[in-house]
Amino acid sequence: MLELDGIDAGYGPVQVLRGLSLTARPGEITCLLGRNGAGKTTTMKAIMGLLPLTAGRITLEGEDISRLPAHEVPKRGIGYIPQGRRLFSELTVAQNLEIGMRVRPSPPQVLTRVLELFPRLADRMGQRAETLSGGEQQMLATARALCLEPRVLLLDEPTEGLQPSMIEAIRQVVVRMKSEGVAILLVEQRLDAVMSSADRVVFIENGQVRDNADAADLRARPEMLKRYLGV
Amino acid sequence: MDFGPHLLLAAIEGAVTAAVLALMAAGLSLVFGVMRVVNVAHGEFYMLGAVLAWVVASTLGAHPALGFVAALAIAPLIVGAVAAAADMTVLKRLDYDPERTIVATIGLLYILQQLTLMGYGPEARPVAPPFNQRLALPWVEWGDGGVQLYWPWGLSVTTYKLFVIGAAGAVLAGLWALMTRTRIGLVMRATQLDGEMALAFGIPVERVYAGVFGLGAALAALAGVLIVPIQQAHYLMGGDALLLSFIVVIIGGLGSLAGTVIAAILIGMSDGIISVFFSPTLAKIIATLLVAFVLVFRPQGLMGKPPR
Repeated sequence: MLELDGIDAGYGPVQVLRGLSLTARPGEITCLLGRNGAGKTTTMKAIMGLLPLTAGRITLEGEDISRLPAHEVPKRGIGYIPQGRRLFSELTVAQNLEIGMRVRPSPPQVLTRVLELFPRLADRMGQRAETLSGGEQQMLATARALCLEPRVLLLDEPTEGLQPSMIEAIRQVVVRMKSEGVAILLVEQRLDAVMSSADRVVFIENGQVRDNADAADLRARPEMLKRYLGV
Repeated sequence: MDFGPHLLLAAIEGAVTAAVLALMAAGLSLVFGVMRVVNVAHGEFYMLGAVLAWVVASTLGAHPALGFVAALAIAPLIVGAVAAAADMTVLKRLDYDPERTIVATIGLLYILQQLTLMGYGPEARPVAPPFNQRLALPWVEWGDGGVQLYWPWGLSVTTYKLFVIGAAGAVLAGLWALMTRTRIGLVMRATQLDGEMALAFGIPVERVYAGVFGLGAALAALAGVLIVPIQQAHYLMGGDALLLSFIVVIIGGLGSLAGTVIAAILIGMSDGIISVFFSPTLAKIIATLLVAFVLVFRPQGLMGKPPR
């Protein structure tokens, strides 16, 4: 279980998160919703240790990971699929996956399993990441994170700019990870995707958690969406 | 001497300059490519390599070959360690901010230069080459019976100069293999492409930076050790070398090893040839003019990629 407890974080003098607390449980998809600039991506970066916390703490299975050097955080089993994919563009597909495999490091059969999930990548192992299509790049970003056998998976707008068949492929993988007991934290703008797959929804506004809801409740009370998102 | 043999002699001098320059510029380009740090102190690492070569060779005092081989191993190691320490104590604390690291490395330049002046003195000191046979070179001429080879007086090369060219080629090939074929190279390239994502995938970026800065300095030091039997070690020798390295890296394209080597050959050869036939000053003027043209017409350099 990943727990954020009253964290403050930001970029230099600009504070973005103000006492933000949330929990991501194994085998559940927790979705962060909020307007642009609310602090969703900042939350993801803070979990990865990429931004220093000025208050609060982040624990994974009880271990305080917010005091670790940033490169130690993924070794605890946190896979990050950042917004905009952020692949190592000039490296090949195989090299991008190798970097994921080296994190903990993972046994070789993990790569075989990841490539079974994304057979299109297996055909393009020698190709440079920047030459892939948008959907394939998103697959690679996902596969790279899965290579470290994550206990927690952070997905930041994984379906942004993708065609429906790709969105479905990514969604199936996320649901499969959930069924294998991975705790999933998802930032997503497309409400239909949230509604169909999320277990819990966390509304973020001005760097704070404003509300928590089970996705099932939210389907019954859509007025919450109007209040926090204006939709 | 006829024009042909004279040109060959100048080209050999140029090739030695090109070899040493390629090594040094590769270090500068590596540091900028991975860390985005413009290392103004790079010339001083070259100077330190040459000075340490003299220190090691004169301390051992044994056969010149033994002293030289020891210097070849020890000097780059010491200089690399000094640079890695400078990275961890100074550059890291500046968060690798592009402008502030320039100022910091200018400071490092003067510290290293003045410490050398205080400890080593203002003299230029030679190191004996490990071997230095003179090889006469042939040239062709049209004689009575067609093409004939002859050995013009004064057309020769020393084995040590050939060794410098060969050694530089071998080290650059090794560097290329390190970057493209090994785990260390993969980690360095990933850090270069996206440092934040490298961190998010367990790469200790700070350690990579210290290693890259040390490796870049060690390459400059190696160039200094190789040149010292030809040029002598002097505490101000880093200035010209730094200028030529920047010229090479700008023409070749920052961060491109192939471009650096091509530009080093271009600049080294033209420097050698123009210096012999005209004057060293004209060679520098032409090299600087070339940089101006590259900056106007192909700002990313010969082999560099335009910014995305």
